[in-house]
Amino acid sequence: MDAGLLLLADSRLPAGAHAHSGGLEPAASAGAVTDVAGLTGFLRGRLATTGLVTAALAAAACAGGSGGWVRLDREADARTPSPAQRQASRAQGRSLLRAVRTAWPNAGLEALSAVAEAGPHHPIVLGATTAVAGGGPGEAAAIAAYGAVTGPASAAVRLLGLDPLAVHRALAGLAPHIDAVAVRAAGYATGDPADLPAASAPLLDLYAELHLHADLRLFES
Amino acid sequence: MTRRYAAHAGVSAELGPDGRTRLTRLRSDGPLALRETPDALYLVGAAAGPLGGDELTLDLEVGPGARLAVRSAASTLALPGAGESRLTVRAWVGAGGCLDFAPEPTVAAAGSRHRALAGIDLAEGAALRWREELILGRHGEQPGRHTGRLDVTVGGVPLLRHELCLDEEAAVRSGAVLGGATAVGSVLLAGPGLPVPRAHAGDGLAVLPLAGPGVLVTALAADSATLRRRLDEGEALARQAETGSAAGAGAVSSR
Repeated sequence: MDAGLLLLADSRLPAGAHAHSGGLEPAASAGAVTDVAGLTGFLRGRLATTGLVTAALAAAACAGGSGGWVRLDREADARTPSPAQRQASRAQGRSLLRAVRTAWPNAGLEALSAVAEAGPHHPIVLGATTAVAGGGPGEAAAIAAYGAVTGPASAAVRLLGLDPLAVHRALAGLAPHIDAVAVRAAGYATGDPADLPAASAPLLDLYAELHLHADLRLFES
Repeated sequence: MTRRYAAHAGVSAELGPDGRTRLTRLRSDGPLALRETPDALYLVGAAAGPLGGDELTLDLEVGPGARLAVRSAASTLALPGAGESRLTVRAWVGAGGCLDFAPEPTVAAAGSRHRALAGIDLAEGAALRWREELILGRHGEQPGRHTGRLDVTVGGVPLLRHELCLDEEAAVRSGAVLGGATAVGSVLLAGPGLPVPRAHAGDGLAVLPLAGPGVLVTALAADSATLRRRLDEGEALARQAETGSAAGAGAVSSR
């Protein structure tokens, strides 16, 4: 394993990921996730939808180079009907871009800041950076799919007071599914961006909007 | 042994010199039977199904300035058969044209394997209302496999790419995707003159202003009647913000 890619996948990378729960906080507030079994299901659902879509976008951004980033950013918009989720994705994209420009200074990444006024979507930055850090579309997809699951899992430990060991047992059980999603996502990397997966999660969309108007919240999304 | 259909139906709507829309092409084929009525073009089920193995295509062309409303006489019941069934709807809407597509729900019966694909190309200045409702199985039964995908572009730019896949039960039934809902649906409103409405989320309902010129209403429910009521409510909320707009999807009849 390449240490540079491990750094990119690490939740300790100061890219603001800790401020987002991937919809877990509103799901917990709504009572949809209360225990490890509910969390495991939530993570399976998130992985099969948002996880697959963002992994495929990251893989495509990694494979295609800067010429395709604007198109991929629009494709990300079209796959994110929830305004709250678009906002969260661009906020995380901006934070990640700030971190990687310092950590992996590279002229090739400068075009990212011009992709969209509000900052590029997170998977576009992740895919572009994976290429700079020496990885390919498979690694970009793997890091995206892994992050789609581990972010909400650690948020669940904080929000619901779940046993971290039990949560990690659940994550270990999900590992083969994460790998399978990453492999599937990477398969779209060099195709027509229109054909990228677009799996939706109606409850995640609903929770994202509810969360924006919640009175008390620990996470931004 | 089951029968299989490979059917290709199509309709073209054009604006006549008198300012009224006329259907210049109306081609029914196999189970896709089309009937023109004063208020809408109706899809009339001429055969049960779709059954596994059926390959059905419906083309809808709406010329510049023309209006077309499409409804169905009854629900679509996806049934098992020899392999996967597929319904592809392709639509093109010219500038100033308007397509209002709102058939009755699709029911994914136990054991069915159905794929519903819709690809819509809107010219700049075209309007669209597109409703989809999916019922997960008949009363008390486990649903079959179903994948629905909607792709909409405006002037070649992607507006919405939205897929719902029921293949992986653990994911579908989770608190992230559908939870315990047995009915799911959406209404897309797109076109000019749509001021950006405010996002809204409530009981099984979300009103989502898109990044491009459109709003997606999505709803979840325990039955089809509640689903329809929520979609109607969401559509009304989406249209509230449209008050004062003279043209576009806001002018499309909601019935």
